[in-house]
Amino acid sequence: MSAPSRPFEPERILRVVLPLATLALGVFAWHLVVKIYALPPIKLPGPGLVWDTLVDDRELLLESLGVTLLTTFEGFLLATIGGIALAVLFNVSRLIEYTLYPYAVILQVTPVLAIAPLLLIYLPQQGAVLACAWIVAFFPVLANATLGLNSVDRNLVDLYRLCGASSGQILFRLKLPSALPSMLTGIRIAGGLSLVGAVVAELAAGSGGAGSGLAYRIAESQYRLNIPRMFAALILLSIAGIVIFFALAGLSHLLLRRWHESAVSLDR
Amino acid sequence: MPVVALSKVAKTFASGVQALDHLDLDVHRGEFLSLLGPSGCGKSTALRLIAGLSDPSGGRISWGTDEPGTGETAAGPRGHDIGFVFQEPTLMPWATVAKNVALPLLLRHMRAGEIAPRVAAALDGVGLAAFHAAYPRELSGGMKMRVSIARALVTDPSVLLMDEPFAALDEITRFKLNNDLLQLWQSLRKTVVFVTHSVFESVYLSSRIVVMTPRPGHVFRELTIDAPYPRQESFRTSAEYAGYCRIASEALTQAMATAA
Repeated sequence: MSAPSRPFEPERILRVVLPLATLALGVFAWHLVVKIYALPPIKLPGPGLVWDTLVDDRELLLESLGVTLLTTFEGFLLATIGGIALAVLFNVSRLIEYTLYPYAVILQVTPVLAIAPLLLIYLPQQGAVLACAWIVAFFPVLANATLGLNSVDRNLVDLYRLCGASSGQILFRLKLPSALPSMLTGIRIAGGLSLVGAVVAELAAGSGGAGSGLAYRIAESQYRLNIPRMFAALILLSIAGIVIFFALAGLSHLLLRRWHESAVSLDR
Repeated sequence: MPVVALSKVAKTFASGVQALDHLDLDVHRGEFLSLLGPSGCGKSTALRLIAGLSDPSGGRISWGTDEPGTGETAAGPRGHDIGFVFQEPTLMPWATVAKNVALPLLLRHMRAGEIAPRVAAALDGVGLAAFHAAYPRELSGGMKMRVSIARALVTDPSVLLMDEPFAALDEITRFKLNNDLLQLWQSLRKTVVFVTHSVFESVYLSSRIVVMTPRPGHVFRELTIDAPYPRQESFRTSAEYAGYCRIASEALTQAMATAA
């Protein structure tokens, strides 16, 4: 009973066209402001110049983007695996939950920007950057997965017990599938946050010297007063964030579309 | 010999609430027994005790030893041969209708080749053969409840425990399901224990009604509904039905008055 896709529905067109039009308008206004006030590139480069910089420095910038994305992806993966594993562990054992949960909260509430310099002292740089991405991203996975595992239908648990299910069967056949929507919510948040974590750590590391990620390029460009390149790097970071967001939203939709209300189209 | 016998069963929850006290109840083979009482009288608790989902704090629940049920599908934490239908359909939203119905067999590690025909038969029995590949959210409330019943019957249990299964359905759907349930009960020769707070539903369905007192619940009166089966819609409008409803209503009113 999949809803027939109607790509030419006015509503759908508007949802794509309106944000794009706003973007175009914004870029145009940016261009006008630079033009009218004759701003020098060191204060505010125009969109044309930023584009040219993006094209001219593409090798350097794309390489840095690759570094940042790799960190982001590794941090995201570790956060997802770690968050879900920890949630399962908490669900299996109250004692482990009582013991470790406060520390998970402490990691979450301590600003990562403040932790990053410390991590850079004690860990090799790449490890510290990865740790930052992980710290920022794992908590939403843990919190949402825990919520999902705890809000499983009690009657279904009873039914499984009536059928003589082992606790392993209850975990894998009942709790994990029913927690999937919450876990995906956490994973979607984690995707964006691991990029934030990677960038924050790179900025912190950048002031310490080495580094080649996109955030490091921003810091470096700032020292050199290469403002157009700062903008170019920033735009690449934004695009990376947008791609991550849509990729995870798509994954979530793909996994839930058959059964979960959140993924069911409204026009039934 | 009764299929299940409850003698002097008591249940007090950790909160201190005394749900049942001195409940004596025999369930006989092949009967359609309704537990009728006001909400909160412990009838659902009694059903959960019979199912083995919780333990009585006093008294005994004994199962007949001469169970003819198929041994390999014996259900329940105590290995009893039961099917359970909850107040809500209690389906897994991520699984198709067929997978939901197959669950009790899957959990017992039955081979896929054996599962498929049983699931098909169970779905056929509730009139949902065409919906085996549908997901629960695509079904109406009544259809979901049918799936739930098919799942309870798929192991071919000798006793079917039903906890106000139709309470949330509209009247038209409920009447239809009442009739279909009676038909299933007759053709499959199950023992049914049916919890309800509806006088009319209990009279229509049951061969025997046990009226329970408010908390702490115990048996106030037993009524045998001597109307012949198969019962059809004409029974709902008969004088006989009205008579039994009056008797059951009065018993319920008197049972309520024992509280205070």
